[in-house]
Amino acid sequence: MKEFLYDSASKMSEMITAHPGLVMMLPRFGIELGFGDKSIGEVCRLHGVDAGFFLLMCNVYTFDNYVPTAHVIDSTDLTHLVDYLRRSHQYYVEKRLPHIERHLQHMASALPDRVATVFMHFFSTYKNEVVAHFGHEEERVFPHIEALQRGHSDDSYQIDAFLASHSNIEDKLDDLLQIIFKYLPPQAMGDDAISVVYDILQLSHDLRKHSLIEEKILVPYVTHLERTVS
Amino acid sequence: MTRTRILIVEPSEVIVEGLQAILANQPGFHLLDAAYSTERLTERLIASRPDVVIVNPTLIDQPSAFHDEAPQAAVVALVYQYVEQQRLRAYDAIIDIRQGRSAILETVTAATRRQQGDTAETPNYELSRRETDVLVLVAKGLTNKEIADSLNVSVHTVISHRKNIMHKTGIKSVAGLTVYAMLNNLIE
Repeated sequence: MKEFLYDSASKMSEMITAHPGLVMMLPRFGIELGFGDKSIGEVCRLHGVDAGFFLLMCNVYTFDNYVPTAHVIDSTDLTHLVDYLRRSHQYYVEKRLPHIERHLQHMASALPDRVATVFMHFFSTYKNEVVAHFGHEEERVFPHIEALQRGHSDDSYQIDAFLASHSNIEDKLDDLLQIIFKYLPPQAMGDDAISVVYDILQLSHDLRKHSLIEEKILVPYVTHLERTVS
Repeated sequence: MTRTRILIVEPSEVIVEGLQAILANQPGFHLLDAAYSTERLTERLIASRPDVVIVNPTLIDQPSAFHDEAPQAAVVALVYQYVEQQRLRAYDAIIDIRQGRSAILETVTAATRRQQGDTAETPNYELSRRETDVLVLVAKGLTNKEIADSLNVSVHTVISHRKNIMHKTGIKSVAGLTVYAMLNNLIE
């Protein structure tokens, strides 16, 4: 298993330079650019973020097969995990999905009307599913966790139910990519086709990691809370 | 990996048995019963689905003679008489009877690899007529049971068509398949 060579004493700029994809993570922690030569630990402290938690998320994003061990999960401060997930949701729903939708709309304008309608309907249905998926987590799951974090037991929901109903939200993006790669007629492939493909790939990767965080980190953490708070 | 099915088409028993002795102990090879003539060869090819056919080129006009019945097979010429070079060009590989054991094994292995490589590069991604029928009904929102009833086939068959459709198009969701069907003018 690969892990970062970076720890809280390493320079933030050095880590971001080596793994530029991580720049996407910063807004979700409320960290702004312009951190000079400060260490990861210092930057995190300034923004009220636990450096261990920040590094754990960076590890998950960077290494494909990285799944943290129970020991790592137990020894990391996960107080801000829910905040992090909420901010990620917000970023997907308010920024990425509308951005991709605008690009697709532009591509669709070159298609015959009825095909354009079905194509855009595919995406808007997908978007609604994602919004509903996140909405359920924010209304049902996160309050349960926050209650536990405040030391209140909450028997009305159990995190076991989360895994059972946690559906895959990336598959349809893969379908969308196949359609664009293989089946859209050339007249729909303007200059922004490549850039929308890149955006979709990025979002798909991001959502995969997001699910992994929820299933492999959030669930064990909450299971532990449910056992200790009662 | 499945073993390579080899069919030898050659009239001489001495040569067939010699060749079989060389190929028999090769772990990846499965030797089919040899054909000593081209009589009923068509049926043999269809039934035995060889991956490699090793054939005496004087028995047939062209290696393409096998393409209808065994399109997947690599055709290797087995040469021990004089055969015009021109005629040998169409074969996937050539075994000369004077070659040693290892050279022969190498030739057959290479032909197999090339043939498997070919099928990996150019598999047929066109939907079959039946798959298209199933796709249209999927896109219309019918369940597997409804599709089975309407096409008069079993649910099991419908499921296997759906698997093939997903594999060929790379699209897994019903919504995505509907877009595909629309883009290909399969539905209104």
